[in-house]
Amino acid sequence: MSDAALVEAHDLTKVFGGQGSVIGRALAQAGLAPKARGVRAVDGVTFSIARGEVLGVVGESGCGKSTLGRMIAGLMEPTSGEIRRDGQTHHTRGLDRQMIFQDPFSSLNPRMRVSDLIGEAPRVHRIVSPDDFRGYVDGLMERCGIDPLYRDRFAHQFSGGQRQRIGIARALAVEPELLVCDEAVSALDVSIQAQIVNLFMELKDELGLTYLFISHDLGVVRHVSDRILVMYLGRVVESGPADALFDDPAHPYSRALIDGVPRLDRRRVVYEPIKGDIPSPLDPPSGCHFHPRCPVATERCRSEAPLLREIAPGRLSACHLHDETSP
Amino acid sequence: MTTSVLDIRGLCTSFLTSAGEVLALDKVTLSVERGEVLALVGESGSGKTITGFSINGLLSPPGRVTAGEVLLNGTDLLGLEPEALRNVRGRKVAMIFQDPMMTLNPVLRIDTQMTDALRAHERLSRKAALSRAIEALAEVGIAAPEARVRAYPHQLSGGMRQRVAIAIALLHGPDVVIADEPTTALDVTIQGQILSVVQRLCRERGTSLIWITHDLAVVAGIADRIAVMYAGRIVEQGPVDDILDRPKHPYTRGLIDSVPSPGAKGGLLHQIKGRMPPLTELPDGCAFAPRCPRRTERCAKRPELDGSPTGREWRCFHPLEASA
Repeated sequence: MSDAALVEAHDLTKVFGGQGSVIGRALAQAGLAPKARGVRAVDGVTFSIARGEVLGVVGESGCGKSTLGRMIAGLMEPTSGEIRRDGQTHHTRGLDRQMIFQDPFSSLNPRMRVSDLIGEAPRVHRIVSPDDFRGYVDGLMERCGIDPLYRDRFAHQFSGGQRQRIGIARALAVEPELLVCDEAVSALDVSIQAQIVNLFMELKDELGLTYLFISHDLGVVRHVSDRILVMYLGRVVESGPADALFDDPAHPYSRALIDGVPRLDRRRVVYEPIKGDIPSPLDPPSGCHFHPRCPVATERCRSEAPLLREIAPGRLSACHLHDETSP
Repeated sequence: MTTSVLDIRGLCTSFLTSAGEVLALDKVTLSVERGEVLALVGESGSGKTITGFSINGLLSPPGRVTAGEVLLNGTDLLGLEPEALRNVRGRKVAMIFQDPMMTLNPVLRIDTQMTDALRAHERLSRKAALSRAIEALAEVGIAAPEARVRAYPHQLSGGMRQRVAIAIALLHGPDVVIADEPTTALDVTIQGQILSVVQRLCRERGTSLIWITHDLAVVAGIADRIAVMYAGRIVEQGPVDDILDRPKHPYTRGLIDSVPSPGAKGGLLHQIKGRMPPLTELPDGCAFAPRCPRRTERCAKRPELDGSPTGREWRCFHPLEASA
């Protein structure tokens, strides 16, 4: 991985559950009950984000993208694997990594005034002196497009878009280097969504921020991202530069995902979607997780999980098909 | 106009609030022809859902329809007695909601819900109703319908629940289906499946569809005509290509430009300044004027719909030219 990487994640895995209750464990040990199985929400994910880069993560519900984001933001400990920042392993929760959440309604404390929502963390961490406090908060509010006159209002007095701006100002207040945006614009109306996406891009240029941008909205992800990770049931199935990946997806899943996106310039489409539901992460299919829905699956895909390997400079894909097409 | 299945004329709906009477729908006029897909597009609070509810008589107080007509094959639904309306609702006009859990009863099995719906409108034996239900599930692409029909809603995935909701909506072969953001909560691949099912069934049966959504991209793929709503008023309507390629209303233009397109990567998206005013604080003139780049003094007066109701209509004093 390059020296300029701000964050490197190596073989990150997160397993939920699998412990079972005391009784369940005892019964399992006695062979009277099946052993409780964990959900591998994120399964051996390796990637890096360069400083100033926007890495988009796409995938359907249950693919582990939010869990990945939370681990990178330091809100959740990985079960195994490590996250390095600037080459150092990093175990403490870092102020330098902040998260923007999807729901601007539930991620702001309804009993706190805006100035406290934004100002609490920098005050506690002594990022700002008490004398400068007011100016600091006002500056952040202004930067994020909230009138500082509203500093004493509560979150419920704002619209969805305004609340998301408060969430962004709050994240910026501790001067982070990395912002993890988990579906940060998905709940917003189209015209408001454009405003927030623009704010993210402006902040990136002004403050030199790095983003992990998680969304199921492929249009928005393509617009903002430099590189993309496509996830399916906890694993990365493809990664690469945004334009190359969108123009010519290599993995059958990425192709299905990208072809399925409705676009303004596609009229009177006859939809021919990929078949089948997203399998339960509790009981993922054997071999390649995608094989039951894959139009080109073979016998080998049922038994053997394909490895992620380089198919072109900077592009990785995990599919057995690449073995056959390349020498 | 004789071919239109559903004709909505001058529909006004208002809510009585502590701040006075709020007009949620302001003279909404729409028509849907047989087999046509009409998309009703707007942001939150534009009145698109209220339009669906008003058509179907699902408004609950303090909301009420204050004026207008909803003609289904020539009969005014608004004038019907509750009994007669029940006969129409679900049978002639069906609805699909954003959240399938809103249509499905969580404590009843799918078979109970489907046979109840069937037997509410038709004289059928339980057995016949059950086989009709299984048939309907198979049609919306549910695998192993004989087994799934005995499941409870929570045992199905979101996409499957939405298919069940669609199967129920189509049980009686309605003339019009009103679909209110039916794919918004679903993943892209599942959305594609739902779109394909709805598209196929409506085409095969000649069912008209009113597709309510905020997502212009979905609309581009499925709709024949588009009506754009803003603050309770229709601001523009017309054939899909005209609206998306040659919008006349600045709001429509703004909406289209706000959608990220593959061409303009990384640049700033076009944004419409500000946000929709609350319905209690609407300006007297054009509701969009405070956010509009083209406003003049004239916009302090209220624009009426211009153009022809059968072709294109727009509500603007300064419509954009085709070259834009």
